Amino acid sequence: MRLGAVLLAGALSLSACSAGSLGSSDDANGKTQITFLTNNDPANVKVAEAVIAAFEAKNGDVDVKLDTRPQGSEGDNLVKTRLSTGDMADVFEYNSGSLLQAIAPQTNLTPITGEPWVGDLDPTFKTVVSGGSEVYGSPWQTISGGGILYNKPLYAKLGLQVPKTWADFMANNAKIKAAGTAPVAQTYSDTWTSQILVLADFHNVAAADPGFAGKYTNNQAKYATTPAALAGFQHLEELKRAGYWNDDYASAKYNEGLAAVAGGTAAHYPMITFAVTAIEGAAPGKTDDVGFFALPGTDASKNGVTLWEPSGIYIPKSTGGDKLTAAKKFQAFLASPDGCAAQASATSLGGPFAVKTCKLPDDVATSVKDLSVYVEAGTASPALEFLSPIKGPALEQITVEVGSGIRPAADGAKLYDEDVKKQAQQLGLQGW
Amino acid sequence: MSTRTRPSYPLSGLAIVLFGVVFLVPFAFILLTASKTQQESALLDFSWPDRWAFVENLQAVIEARDYLLIVAFINSTILTVASVSVVVILAAMAAFVLQRRRSRLTRAANLIILSGLVLPPAVVPTIWVLQKIGLFKTMPGLILVEIAYAMAFCVLLFQAFIAGIPKEMDEAATIDGAGPLSLFFRVVFPLLRPIVVTVVVVQTVFIWNDFTSPLYFLPGDENATVQLTLFNFQGQYTNSYNLLFMDILLVTVPPLIMFMIFQRQIVSGMIAGSVKG
Amino acid sequence: MGVVTATVAGAPATTVPEPARRKSPYPYWFVVPGGLIFTIFFLVPSVMAFWFSLTRWTLFDQEFIGLDNYVQFFREPALSSGLWHTLVYAVTTSGLKVVLGMALAVLLTGPILGRGFMRSVAFFPVLVSTIGVGLTFQVLMHPTRGVINQTLELAGVTGPAWLVDPDWALLSVAFVDVWQGIGLATVIYMAGILSIPGEYFEAAKVDGAGAWHRFRNITLPLAKPATVSVILLSLIGGLRKFDLIWAMTKGGPGFTSDVMASVVYKQYQAGFYGLSTAGNVVLFLLVILIALPLFWFFNRKDES
Repeated sequence: MRLGAVLLAGALSLSACSAGSLGSSDDANGKTQITFLTNNDPANVKVAEAVIAAFEAKNGDVDVKLDTRPQGSEGDNLVKTRLSTGDMADVFEYNSGSLLQAIAPQTNLTPITGEPWVGDLDPTFKTVVSGGSEVYGSPWQTISGGGILYNKPLYAKLGLQVPKTWADFMANNAKIKAAGTAPVAQTYSDTWTSQILVLADFHNVAAADPGFAGKYTNNQAKYATTPAALAGFQHLEELKRAGYWNDDYASAKYNEGLAAVAGGTAAHYPMITFAVTAIEGAAPGKTDDVGFFALPGTDASKNGVTLWEPSGIYIPKSTGGDKLTAAKKFQAFLASPDGCAAQASATSLGGPFAVKTCKLPDDVATSVKDLSVYVEAGTASPALEFLSPIKGPALEQITVEVGSGIRPAADGAKLYDEDVKKQAQQLGLQGW
Repeated sequence: MSTRTRPSYPLSGLAIVLFGVVFLVPFAFILLTASKTQQESALLDFSWPDRWAFVENLQAVIEARDYLLIVAFINSTILTVASVSVVVILAAMAAFVLQRRRSRLTRAANLIILSGLVLPPAVVPTIWVLQKIGLFKTMPGLILVEIAYAMAFCVLLFQAFIAGIPKEMDEAATIDGAGPLSLFFRVVFPLLRPIVVTVVVVQTVFIWNDFTSPLYFLPGDENATVQLTLFNFQGQYTNSYNLLFMDILLVTVPPLIMFMIFQRQIVSGMIAGSVKG
Repeated sequence: MGVVTATVAGAPATTVPEPARRKSPYPYWFVVPGGLIFTIFFLVPSVMAFWFSLTRWTLFDQEFIGLDNYVQFFREPALSSGLWHTLVYAVTTSGLKVVLGMALAVLLTGPILGRGFMRSVAFFPVLVSTIGVGLTFQVLMHPTRGVINQTLELAGVTGPAWLVDPDWALLSVAFVDVWQGIGLATVIYMAGILSIPGEYFEAAKVDGAGAWHRFRNITLPLAKPATVSVILLSLIGGLRKFDLIWAMTKGGPGFTSDVMASVVYKQYQAGFYGLSTAGNVVLFLLVILIALPLFWFFNRKDES
């Protein structure tokens, strides 16, 4: 069939080109070109572009090409695949803490322990971008706090105080419910949001049991058998049983939760402060109506916030020569006041910087100012995923079940402990 | 297909209403959301837009990330056209022999093909194979991978339909002195026109909509394919539903047009085929 | 067809003995190009992956652990419910696609107006990416604000909570799957129906056969290749499906719409590469166990 032959020939010749080769231009006019890989969230891309522009302005001999990847676990897998096949960008952004451990930093990344700026890093952040005794990363964006976002006007109207114990919190909820507003918003259509009440409680767990993280990693402590840890699951159960959720909790989405707490149709929304950028999109003009307080535990004197450390900027072992020098400069830039300023210019910050020499600008959102109070007072500690490499993949499903009343809290905690075992074995940890 | 039967109006009416509700209502939602502003689209309501932002969204999506969408369209088109053209011919040839020549070898081959439908692709080993051959991160490499993935499905479909072509036709042609290539391309292939068109349409859709293969085997923003652009409009923590749905519209329209053109071909091809038969 | 048959029928049985090595008009080399690409770029990596199911694989290093992954997989809490959900999902979706697809195809090749337009309309869902379909139906199926339940309200019926109702989540996704995939089944059926020579229908009509009779005795048997293809493809697809489920419920609420494929994907997501590969092997065996007998059943009927 003539048509077939023509088609075949055409196809084969077409295959030789791709739009990439049509569009790209390898410019070697004395500049070193490095590629920077980060996730393709539009807000993140904006920050990346601002940082690149500021960096190139200060380093005229380096050209940074932005490359993006999907977020979430598809992105995680892509990063791991590219690292393992030796095909990673010259410098890339990725999570810190337990997720960093999963990409085997000692095997795959270039250590930068001796660099001058490492001393400027927040000490907790330094630990979460380290592996063994070496440091591997500089910070990307800011530290965030996990706790409760609350509607300030509503609190003012009902004369409520920020609760310092769980009992106070429940008392507030009762008053709010009596006044006809949904006390706590939940958004189970976006399952990841269901975990916050458990994960953001960790400061209280650590306060009650300081060695928990270490024991947990060694399989000597479990969620189901440690009362302070079990409390997180029990809180979900309690709130559900008391009927304090919003009506559409099972099908609401993250943006709806933000809009509800900003607009006052819900009083509280358990969330992490990096949400601040999205509040503006979900409820324009209402960002400063939203305040933040840490999840209260049983002891008012030990009240504090659970922190989420920023992602890190890492250099794979495959980068060498001039590119390595340029990549190191890029990494250093992000640990400098200029780097912080560039990031601040492109987004509304969700928390304080992890670099001691960077100051928070004055125009940050109210919730971020509330968070800074805790950080400056030192009543803050990192979430479990930054102290232990173990985090089970099924937590969000389990918390949805507990929060929906499908599974009792004690059962949920036990199930999670089981789930975590797989992760520990995968990492080859001792004692599991 | 006799064209003499008069169209039945009540049946047509019922069909149009049914189709409208079932198939067009969701499409309406996509269209409406693509025409809203970001804040409105975040509500994800099935409602008429307060402000008709269709053109702005269209512009925003096309310009996003330095006209990434245009690059993506070019890449997707090249990938799809090349893969589909090659796989259709190779699969039809293979299916022809596998169906006609019953031997232990061909029966074993059929089992392997069935596995091909069931086995999920293994990404990392495929990258290793591509690296070994030197085709990793190249368009030809990705095309070969897409062909490989499409093979099982196409061979299965072709086999089923070749079974419906009587062997006597082959024998007649062979007696007349035709060699295998001539037999296949001059006699059998033309008779397969409706299923060829079907396979072309179906595989075009699959390959056009495939995002994992290009993501892993031809990474890089300059090599983006259209499905990947959808990711640019959804973040785990931020969402621009209006732009996302506008992108979905833009990405869906070319295959739809292609289908609308080709579905006539299926019909006309068949009428021709049955007359010849 | 008549002329050709006559020629063959009229020819005498070949008296010339066939030479022992007569070149077949179906040469094996036809299979080679396609087979080669298939083998190198698909089979080989899949077999390699099979090796990894016997290891603890982090993509960076591997530790041979024999069948431990398989044991671990079978101990997965969501597994037995996942298996049941997989079967329910596959049977529901393929059953509906086979029956409705055929019905739609008959309708769309029949005497109605605007056929071309409606075929495109029916096929449109197949083209929309899963993300788009998932999001759209999440909105349409919203328990209180969704169009579906609001319409049911008008008829006085309280619709279920669809995707967030533990009892309905899986079926809700199945319905959307059918919505999305029916166009494909219909297209394949149409190709089958259109390959039936018009004379058969004419003859039957002349003989006074009614529409149902024509359907049962002409369309159904002669569209068999299409039917078999649709059954096999939709069943295999249904057993392996996960992207729509993932986009719509992520296996939720909780674990109530988890199927084998989403269980495996979650392990992959969590970075348990060896374990998820083992899961894929198990899923593969399960599907083959169901698909192979069906395949033989249909082909045996063919040969008889």
